[in-house]
Amino acid sequence: MQTYHGKSAFGGVAIGKIRIWKKNVHKVKRVRVDSVSEEKHRFYQACEKAKEELQGLYRSACNEVGEANAAIFEIHQMMLMDDDYLEAVEGLITGQEINAEYAVAVTGERFATMFASMQDSYMQARAEDVKDISERVLRILNGEEEMQTVEQDPVILVAEDLAPSETVQLDKSKILAFVTRKGSVNSHTAILARTMNIPAIVGAKIPLDEIEEGVFGAVDGDGGILYYDPDKETLAKMEEKQNKEQEQKLLLETLKKKENCTIDGRCIQLYANIGNPEDLALVLQNDAGGIGLFRSEFLYLERNDFPGEEEQFSVYKSVLESMAGKKVIIRTLDLGADKQADYIGLATEENPALGVRGIRYCLKNPKVFRTQLRALFRAGVYGNLSIMYPMIISCAELKQIQEHVAVITEELTREGIPFVVPEQGIMIETPAGVMLAEELAQEVSFFSIGTNDLSQYTLAIDRQNAALDGMYDPRSEAILRMIERTIACGHKAGIWVGICGELGADTTLTETFLKMGVDELSVAPGRVLSVRKAIRETNCGTGGMRKDG
Amino acid sequence: MKEFTYIIKDPNGIHARPAGMLVKEASLYQAEILLEKEGKQADAKRIFSIMGLGIQQGQAVTVRITGKDEEAAQEAMQRFMEENL
Repeated sequence: MQTYHGKSAFGGVAIGKIRIWKKNVHKVKRVRVDSVSEEKHRFYQACEKAKEELQGLYRSACNEVGEANAAIFEIHQMMLMDDDYLEAVEGLITGQEINAEYAVAVTGERFATMFASMQDSYMQARAEDVKDISERVLRILNGEEEMQTVEQDPVILVAEDLAPSETVQLDKSKILAFVTRKGSVNSHTAILARTMNIPAIVGAKIPLDEIEEGVFGAVDGDGGILYYDPDKETLAKMEEKQNKEQEQKLLLETLKKKENCTIDGRCIQLYANIGNPEDLALVLQNDAGGIGLFRSEFLYLERNDFPGEEEQFSVYKSVLESMAGKKVIIRTLDLGADKQADYIGLATEENPALGVRGIRYCLKNPKVFRTQLRALFRAGVYGNLSIMYPMIISCAELKQIQEHVAVITEELTREGIPFVVPEQGIMIETPAGVMLAEELAQEVSFFSIGTNDLSQYTLAIDRQNAALDGMYDPRSEAILRMIERTIACGHKAGIWVGICGELGADTTLTETFLKMGVDELSVAPGRVLSVRKAIRETNCGTGGMRKDG
Repeated sequence: MKEFTYIIKDPNGIHARPAGMLVKEASLYQAEILLEKEGKQADAKRIFSIMGLGIQQGQAVTVRITGKDEEAAQEAMQRFMEENL
């Protein structure tokens, strides 16, 4: 077995025979020609033919991958009509009295180099577009037809590189995965692979001369790994992973667009937890109704200075726009001595779980807190935003928060900047929060129960302490009663109550939570559909009936 | 000659697709349309030329239009940029 690592362009597992994709390399010779005008005519005819082909490609790509992704073939046509490009080729033919093939090859190389030397990685990747159109014109000049692939069985396609047009032309029902030596995650091949849901790895340093066709391979798209001739153990591991994926896919198909309602018709909100805008695609893929916990720490960690208001605003705004009106609940900064960056400068604490963390840090650092709130309020204009505050233990904290909210409201109004004060809620994750839930509920619009911290504070057990593993039981009656109490207090005050901790995804407890009256569950994106399934299999015994059967 | 400056708002800058759309739009007019970024010029009717500027979000682009239909072209270019870039 050989293991080759590259970058993941699209996830998923593929197991099958390897096919090595080799391009027809057009060896171009420099030849003097007798008639310059005839040579120019040959070139322009080839361009016309190329444009026709591209028009056909554009149409088939529109059907397959949508207009936005097909646009690249329209761009290719424009490149073929570009005066700079045409003049360069013509200039070479005329100036040096040489063959069209050579002029096209040299010009293509020159334009590709221009893109490759640009700073922007996206523009660098455009060098392959220029090479693609040059190859097309060269092929036509050589009088060759467009290549077609006829495969018997579906294969893992391994190539040096794939041009966008090749990717679209390949018969996708015969392709299990793409693996290329070159290419970036920005390349069209990568983008098309994502649109077509085919596992893809780019930049995998595979010695194409040393591997053999027809040998078995396994592609781990998520990890960006190709196992060449995998051993039994690896194969079994990949097969298991593939099975799990397929189960999830099936689940997705049967449960997508279904309501989160019990047999007797009690419906709740089912959202996803994420910690990075990159996870947005997962939220939508798994059909979550919104984001129930968006951790904002990613903006602050792994950097050297606090993120400014504009930076935060644009990130929040784009998240809200991507979710297109669906609920997005962003948790304000939740740092602690155990979760911070150097520049933040939190002192080392003997007991960080009980130290300056969550809202405590924010209230001690009003500048940091207000910058975030201003960015959130401004972004709120662009979607359905709620915000929640972590680690609340008293009404006094809420009073302090509201003082900041009032100042920001006044500031933004005075500055004439559009904003909304979003729906505000709090995390219930301390025993104090549970005990004061009645009073706290009077001050906020919702509760979201953070079961991870709540369990650790209630049981007084450090979750990381392996010696206490057997004792750490988040399903303990102590925790369940805390949750029950929180929901009851929230409902008494007329606010909604959700669960955003890991326990919310525990399907053995879904029925328990539903019977307690929980209004929302927010779970990891990959768990959404399993929880939906559990909800739909529950009967709370109210005697009602679900609408969608 | 007509001239205006526009700051690119599209987070992707002028990528291949908007560059193609820009060429299409500019080609509707007879006037010469030039884009300038940081002293470098490009012909708005040539896609390689535009992409070669590598224009990114937040950068200022000056558009200079010279020709018979420059007024109509200016109006169209300004509207195009505001809507698409």
